[in-house]
Amino acid sequence: MADTTTETTVPAKVTLYCGICTLPPEYCEFTSTARKCREWLEKEHPDLVATIYNSEAVEAAMSKLSVNAQEKAAKAEAQASKRAEKEEQKAEREAAKKASSRVTLKRVERAKRKHVIVVTGLEAFGLDLKKVAKDFGKKFACGSSVTKSAAGQDEIVVQGDLSDDILEYLEQQYPQVPFDNIDQIEEKKKKKAEGGAA
Amino acid sequence: MFKKPITTPQKSKLKSSVQRSLRQKLLDQFPLLAPHIDEILPKKSQLDLIKLPDKISLYALDSNVLFWQHFDDALIPHLRLVHAYPHAFPRIQVDRGAIRFVMAGAQLMCPGLTSPGAQLPDAAEELKPGQVVAVGAEGKENACMVGVLKMGTEEIKKVNKGVAVETGHYLGDGLWKFEEV
Ligand SMILES: [Zn+2]
Repeated sequence: MADTTTETTVPAKVTLYCGICTLPPEYCEFTSTARKCREWLEKEHPDLVATIYNSEAVEAAMSKLSVNAQEKAAKAEAQASKRAEKEEQKAEREAAKKASSRVTLKRVERAKRKHVIVVTGLEAFGLDLKKVAKDFGKKFACGSSVTKSAAGQDEIVVQGDLSDDILEYLEQQYPQVPFDNIDQIEEKKKKKAEGGAA
Repeated sequence: MFKKPITTPQKSKLKSSVQRSLRQKLLDQFPLLAPHIDEILPKKSQLDLIKLPDKISLYALDSNVLFWQHFDDALIPHLRLVHAYPHAFPRIQVDRGAIRFVMAGAQLMCPGLTSPGAQLPDAAEELKPGQVVAVGAEGKENACMVGVLKMGTEEIKKVNKGVAVETGHYLGDGLWKFEEV
């Protein structure tokens, strides 16, 4: 296997992988997610659908089916498209929900002049809070963990007065969270009498 | 080989001398990779070694497994690498009927390679036992498996019985799904 001269200029081939099952789309038909895979391809790469799902064999097989079987196949196809439509509507609803979800960076005073930032709402954007918390911890070299609020909601508590830094980091690192959806707030202090100092 | 998902790997950095010899071994095994080797494995890169049970070593660059080996045997490329440089790896082909079995992790048997939809090289370009081959499939552009020939391709044609390719890595197996954290 010598003769590399003609091969030298062949660049690395870029293979498209399915966004659902991760295989090259030509193998989607052998996976358990075949239907979703096809919908993904139709949506993301409509130009490829004909090539990948052409297989004359399939068409030939269809034409050999009895009228009855052809009707059944058509019915199945109709059902599938109905299902696809429903899922699309669901996806749209979810997108709308995301657009209106808020992320809050709440500055909370813990000990005197020590603050933590409580981050809530990230899960609405499909983020894994544990991973994000770890990420914050690494980025800011501080304690950062997921805890449950009194209301039972998961939130990230970052040990340090880092609200602005977190805001900036979210903007850079997590573009799926729209910047305009993030609010920075201050916890209202229970107004104790400001004892002492004058 | 990777029927089950990969868990609890142990990762370490590879010594540069070891990395150099691996690079050489890769070139010895796959001479057609030579024009691409700097792209695949840049000179100043740092390979990670990921040790798995049963003496399997994965070699990864920036969290992408490039190739792997069992004990000290032949280096076997990850399928992504095969997809990127399809001409660099000797290729055989299974018929359409065998695809489903390959992707279920079954051993690749001779008949799947000798039927009308399958392809083996001509006698003049016979591949010997031990050769690492990419396994393509009837009607498909990309390889679905990569493994080691247990029999030479002429023997496969003649005997047409038993296991033809072993130590396989196939689409959708544990290695394919393996993502480093
Ligand atoms: Zn797919």
